[in-house]
Amino acid sequence: MDLASAQVIGAGLAAIGVGAAAAGVGNVFGSFLTGALRNPGAADGQQGRLFIGFAAAELLGLMAFAVAMIILYAR
Amino acid sequence: MAAEAKIDPMHQFAIAPIGSDSLTTSPFQFTNSSLWMLIVLALIVAFMWGGRKRELVPGRWQAAVEYLTGFVDNITRQNIGPEGRKYLPWVFTSFVFILFANWIGAMPFAIAGAHPFTVTSQFSVTGVMSLLSFAIVLIVGFWKHKLHFFSLFVPKDTPFILKILIAPIEFISFLVRPFSLGLRPFVAMFAGHILLVVFGNFVVQGLNAGTAMGYGISALCFVFVVGVNALELLVGAIQAYVFALLTALYINDAVNLH
Repeated sequence: MDLASAQVIGAGLAAIGVGAAAAGVGNVFGSFLTGALRNPGAADGQQGRLFIGFAAAELLGLMAFAVAMIILYAR
Repeated sequence: MAAEAKIDPMHQFAIAPIGSDSLTTSPFQFTNSSLWMLIVLALIVAFMWGGRKRELVPGRWQAAVEYLTGFVDNITRQNIGPEGRKYLPWVFTSFVFILFANWIGAMPFAIAGAHPFTVTSQFSVTGVMSLLSFAIVLIVGFWKHKLHFFSLFVPKDTPFILKILIAPIEFISFLVRPFSLGLRPFVAMFAGHILLVVFGNFVVQGLNAGTAMGYGISALCFVFVVGVNALELLVGAIQAYVFALLTALYINDAVNLH
């Protein structure tokens, strides 16, 4: 297998991590919504924590994306 | 931008000097990045000046500016406490700069052939901003607590064996902070704009194909591009908010030590 094909395959494999992070981000907002619908009064006070959790989950997907890009454009 | 059938999504991130090419040996160039940074700065200054009339009953513009300042003030006050006011200038600066740069970069228009360049799509920009945040944390932490600042890595009321385990982990996670803080706004803009260019090219290629299926795909992709552009505005605002929020949280660590 030549380098170019291996790079494309490797980048594709690395991109799987983005999908996993999508599940994580969905879980963060879904869990927040579950809790917020049970106690709407407390929901507004927790928005900061919601976005911290979102940022932490999203970062791992972005890392996977960065790895995919590094593999794809490495020489 | 699209050559024949090959899509080149990286072209939009290229930084090129503007004006004379005879000075290419100099490391100091006025590039398209500098130009759009200045445009962002001019817009921010214009926006803030427009709301400084200090009317008793605020007009629309003043209300917008007051909402923005109050919003960022809330971030610092809720996360750092009453001492947070001191750090408001940096948090506000980073928030407004990232917000305006993200939104200006997402604009689909072109002025005199110059396409909007997303300043925050370069890691050198967001990385330096996150390093500044990190430097503020370090300086404030060591200034206020001297060497006691290192107790940040050791959780209180924990068994000794656990402390040995947790302290290095906390230390590593502390060192990763400037990297992750700068990577987040950068990659969000980078990925979004690649997506826009790829699907924008699909629109053109579908039209060029000239078949019924080509037109159908073209129309679908156009709707998709409009949707993604709207999503880009949301993501740009969220990334600016997350940067300001995390900066405030990290400064809170340095100011209050648990």
